[in-house]
Formats: sequence, structure tokens, C-alpha cells
Amino acid sequence: MGRLLERWLPKLVVSPLFAVSLFFVYGFIAWTVYISFTRSGILPNYDFAGLIQYVRLWHTPRWYVALTNLFVFSILFIGVCTALGMFLAILLDQRVRAEGAIRTIFLYPMALSFIVTGTAWKWILNPGLGLEKVVHDLGFTDFRFDWLVNPHMAIYTVVIAGVWQSSGYAMALFLAGLRSVDDDILKAAAIDGAGPWRTYTRIILPNLRPVFLSVFIILAHLSIKSFDLVIALTNGGPGYATDMPATFMYSFAFQRSELGTAAASAVMMLATILAIIVPYLYSELRETNR
Amino acid sequence: MSAANSSGIVRASGAGQRFLRYLLYALLVLFCLYYLVPLYVMLTTSLKTVGEIRTGSLMALPDAPTLGAWSKAWDTACVGVRCDGLKPYFWNSVVMVVPAVLLSTLLGALNGYALTKWRFRGANIIFALMLFGAFIPFQVVLLPMARTLGLLGLAGSVFGLILVHTVYGLAFSTLFFRNFFVGVSDSIVNAAKIDGAGFFRIFFAIMMPMALPAIVVTIIWQFTQIWNDFLFGVAFTIGDSNPLTVALNNLVNTSTGVKEYNVDMAAAIIAALPTLLVYIIAGKYFVRGLAAGAVKE
Repeated sequence: MGRLLERWLPKLVVSPLFAVSLFFVYGFIAWTVYISFTRSGILPNYDFAGLIQYVRLWHTPRWYVALTNLFVFSILFIGVCTALGMFLAILLDQRVRAEGAIRTIFLYPMALSFIVTGTAWKWILNPGLGLEKVVHDLGFTDFRFDWLVNPHMAIYTVVIAGVWQSSGYAMALFLAGLRSVDDDILKAAAIDGAGPWRTYTRIILPNLRPVFLSVFIILAHLSIKSFDLVIALTNGGPGYATDMPATFMYSFAFQRSELGTAAASAVMMLATILAIIVPYLYSELRETNR
Repeated sequence: MSAANSSGIVRASGAGQRFLRYLLYALLVLFCLYYLVPLYVMLTTSLKTVGEIRTGSLMALPDAPTLGAWSKAWDTACVGVRCDGLKPYFWNSVVMVVPAVLLSTLLGALNGYALTKWRFRGANIIFALMLFGAFIPFQVVLLPMARTLGLLGLAGSVFGLILVHTVYGLAFSTLFFRNFFVGVSDSIVNAAKIDGAGFFRIFFAIMMPMALPAIVVTIIWQFTQIWNDFLFGVAFTIGDSNPLTVALNNLVNTSTGVKEYNVDMAAAIIAALPTLLVYIIAGKYFVRGLAAGAVKE
């Protein structure tokens, strides 16, 4: 009896946890997907209504604003974080004194909540009392820096704060990658007379391909999900000028109570993430299983 | 450690090299300033009076540092209509984060152990399916979760948040422990089995003591994630049960007459302090957690 129980115990432990996962992840996704095919408004409605919510979504100007912002934000956020992270990692990899302390400084924003980051940058970028005033006090009284309240520029303030928070993360991943490049290859390159520039561009960077991929995936994932930072920094405004899919979904779900449209936008977000993550996870798992 | 340097990334000798070293350190100092200035501004602003903020410079040190804004942020600032400062919400976050972190870590450890050391058919598929939960955008579960919490009678309560964070933290904690236990030799488990030790005995007496680094990494990761969460907090709690991040955002956006940036900044630092302290004390493990999801072991 005891032996039998012992044999089944691992499965008995895993199955409730697996069941919880099935219910709260897959069950909930299924529910949201189904709701996106109904006319649900304030209350869920379970009559199948086809693509009506998707048609509505893609006829909502605000959705296009959110998508444009996501596009602009992701490209700048991923691009600047990757370039800056790579650059900082290379600087730190030159046998620098106090490397540990410097690394700690580069990375500490990652420990903060996006709400804290947003609150801080909202104050720093405050037109009137913030950076603008600092430059005025230096004598440049014509300087104007009103991005935070300028509908055309506000999305770039989200990029500024986002890069400040996340570029250290990219740095840490690149630094780990640099440290794992095979010493022998570098020695061989040195013997062949390759200078620092050639060593980096021809040998080290191509060796970091998998790290670039990881950094890209993580940053892309962060941008698609970005919600807190926008809420704290601009609250989606002015108007809905800095709306992103995540804030759009929240607003339609909890403020406007248009469940169907909210569900449709959530499904679009999921589809975007799946398109990026699934190929990545698939290749990762295949390699670890070998 | 510094593999790249031994081969001489900067090998030019004499004056040229010295110039490059100076340039390198100048750049590093510059970037340190870039990351530190916002913290400096938060700290100095929180120690100023509203009058000094209006007339002085963002970058100036406070004339007469005062903790007035700090005590106001903690004790009397208005968050919405309630004017008790951040204090009650700080405790909400503590009450939420402790059980959620412990539960998700323990369950993740059990799960990772069972999936690697008692491998059964389908274990890999189960792991892959559960891991997927770490990557979904949570927007896709917000609506059904809100309804489920309502049905369970947990809507708007801290208990609801504990459940949510435990459930969605499980994917990451399972990942961390699975990665750790995969590297532990099976022979240890097999020897213990021959000695008659069972599933739970091996887990608690042998595996958990060994897994201490993984436990620390997971606890730090979950603590940071759950403490800093805003989405679940704002979607599933109302007013009195708000966690700290939501209260901070409400405090900043509660307008009562003059905007008190010093109180905002003090409040932001209060909200940041617990995770910041953990990062300073155990930064090594924090970085390991960050890397675990990205670079393969």
C-alpha cells in the first residue's frame, strides 16, 4: 500500500498544480478568446457573434493610436536599450576598477517598480519646474521642454523613462555573454594580430548572437506588456496620446465596461507575444532536452 | 573572469593607452551619474519644502533638509479621499507579499523537484505547458480572473491578490527550481530511495538544503515582482485594500490644492525602499534571477 502511494506521490503533487495552471492560464485564455467573439458589453454575453468585436476594434481610432505608440515605443526602447546595454557591457569588460559597484549602479533601477520610475520622471520632466527650469537657470531661457504635456512628443518621455529603467538589464545580460566568450578564440585572434575593433566586430559580437536574441525577446515582451510606466508617467495622456495596447485594454475593460472589445484587444496582445515567444521557447526547450 | 582583457582589447602602449583609460573612466562616471541623478533628485526633493521647490533648482541640495514630507507621505497624505498616508497600504503590500512569495516558492520547489527527480511520462510536456504561463500578457486573464475572484468572494481583498500572485508566480518559480534540480545528480535521490526515504523526506531533508541558492533567487525574484506589481493590484482591489504601488499612483494623482512634489518623492522612495534594500543586500542573487529567464545555464 505504502509502496503504491509512493509511486503515485509525484504525480499527486504535480497534478493539482498542473490543474491550477490549466484552469488559470489556458481556461482563462479560452474564456477571453470566446468573449472576444460575442457582443459582451458591461456583462458577458455568451451568444456567439463572430468577428464583430474585432471589426469594431479595428475601426476604433484609439486602437490605432495605441498600436502606433507601441510600434514607436518598442523600436526606440529595444534599440536604445540594446545599444546602450552593449556599450556599457563593453566598457565594463575592460578590467575596470570598482566594477561591482558600477554594475550595481547601472542595474538598480530594475529593482524599482515602474510606478516609482514613472513618478520620479514625471517630476524630472515637469515642464516649468523640472529639467526645463534647470536649463533656464543655466542661462538658456529660450529652452522649451514640454514633451510630457505635448501630445506629439509625450510617447518619447515613456521611452526615456523606460530606457533608464531597463538598459541596465540588457547590460547585465551582455556582460555575462562577454564573459563566456571562449578565451582561446581571443588568444588566437590576438596572435593573428587582430586589433580591439576587429576582435569585437568580427569575433565577440557574432559569438553573442544568442544573447542578442534573449535581450530582444525580453525587451519586446516588456514593451508589449508596458502598462504601469504609462499610467504613472502620463496616464495615457494628454488625451489618449500615449495609449498603448495594455492601457487600451484596461480602459475598455474596467472603465468603459466594453468587455468584448477589451477581450479582443487582449487577444491581439496575446497573439503578438505568441508570435515572438513560441519559436523562441520551442528552440530553447529542444536544446535543453538534448 | 575578464577573458576579453587578457587578450588585450586596448593594447596600445604609453600616452595613447593612458588617454583611453581616462576616457573609459570618464564615460563610466558619466553613465553612473545618468543612473543616479533621478535617485538624487527624488531624495533631495523629498527633503525640501514646497516653497523651496517652487523657487529653487531641481538639482540643488536642500537649504534646510526636513523630514516633513516623509512623515506626511507615511502618515497624513491623502490617497483618494482617505488621508492616512501610505502606512495602511504599506501593510497591505506586506500582508500580500509574504504569503504569496512563500507559497509560490514552496509549490514551485515541489513542482520542480517532482518534475525532474521523479520523472514520469509527460513530465516535460507538463513543464512546457506550465512555463508558458510565465510569458502570457496578463491582460488576457484579467477579465475571467475578476469574475472568478467575484465568485469566490475574494474580489477587492488582499486574499484575492495572494491567490492571483501565487498562481501566476508558479510558472517562474517552477522554472527556477527545475533548472536547479536538473543539475543535481540523480544518484543522490536513488541512494536515498534505497535507504528507504520517501518523496517528501528526500525533498525536505536532502533537496531543500541543497537548493538554498535557488530558494534565495526565487524568493528575491518573486518578492520584487509581487511587491512591484501594479496591474493586478489596480484591477482587483478597491480603496482600502490597494497595495502600495496603486496607493502611490493615487497619492500622486490626488489633487488637493498645491502640488506637493516633495511628498510625492518621499512616497515614491518609501514604495521603492523594500525592493531596493533587497537588491543592495542580495544583488548577486537578484542578477541571477534576471539572467535565469534569459541565458541558459
